[in-house]
Amino acid sequence: MTVPAEVDRRLRERAATEGLLDVAYDVVEAPIGALLVAVTPAGVCLVSFDPDPEQQLVPLARAFGARILQAARPVEPARRELDEYFAGRRDAFDLPVDLGPLPAFQRLVLTELANVPYGATETYGGLAARVGRPRAARAVGGALNRNPVPIVLPCHRVVGSTGRLVGYAGGLELKARLLALESGLA
Amino acid sequence: MMEVVPVPPFETLYETHRDGVYRYLRRLAGAGEVDDAFQDTFLRALRAYPRLRSGEHLRAWLYTIATRVALDGKRRPAPRPVAQPPELPVLAGRPPHAELEHLTGGLPPTERAAVVLRYGYDLSYADIATALGSTEAAARQAASSGVRRLRERSVRP
Repeated sequence: MTVPAEVDRRLRERAATEGLLDVAYDVVEAPIGALLVAVTPAGVCLVSFDPDPEQQLVPLARAFGARILQAARPVEPARRELDEYFAGRRDAFDLPVDLGPLPAFQRLVLTELANVPYGATETYGGLAARVGRPRAARAVGGALNRNPVPIVLPCHRVVGSTGRLVGYAGGLELKARLLALESGLA
Repeated sequence: MMEVVPVPPFETLYETHRDGVYRYLRRLAGAGEVDDAFQDTFLRALRAYPRLRSGEHLRAWLYTIATRVALDGKRRPAPRPVAQPPELPVLAGRPPHAELEHLTGGLPPTERAAVVLRYGYDLSYADIATALGSTEAAARQAASSGVRRLRERSVRP
């Protein structure tokens, strides 16, 4: 005999509403494929293009605490804003972001990244200049490459110095697709 | 310093043990109480989780909590007579704990828990003592009088 689905669901929801979770996560279906989205009480802490939680749970536990459960409701605000974004009805996320324990430089880069507006692009060098380290374009690339919350923090808007798209965790095709969506071409 | 086994993400522990804990509680607390006992067990486990320093013996730890929840429930006056539903047809190759939980139905709750935890789940008397909130000697005693009672019952015509 296995746990009835309703009992299982109720446990997950109660754990969340009683404030017992360090991290809640769920799969969010999007036009670009399923995303794994995780939130802490402070904000969104993970958006992953790989919806399988297997690889993510241990690093999440290390960064935010081991009380992690899949639960739909805490992820609901993120799901709603992502839905609106992909439907072209949202050009900025109101979701708070929880970057957790990150090196200071990466935090600085990701915080500045949030200021690159919808539909625009910035170069790696340009972002480096914005954080006061104009020669650190490569380090900026490294920091963006490890962005834990892509889409919400728009690393897809950062391009090479010649305007070429260069790397993206979700693949260049996806990067092009997100930029097309934001320019109203999708 | 010795490397400690890290505490796993709670989801991993939960997925591994939820069905077993559910079956265990169904036997120990009864079909009418199992859903609430299940919630209580895992919510208690979540509350205590940040205090764990090592990921070892988590199964015993979880069954300890489940046992306490079930026994606490038994000590409360029953709001209504709880009849055990008829047993489901016996499946071939049931695991030993299921077999034991089935056989021990008539024992007093503490003896039943001690017998099931010892012989069905292979917990140590130290772990069972923690589960029952008693001493190791008392846990051993509860298991052996449970077994004696079962023997007496099985020889009775």
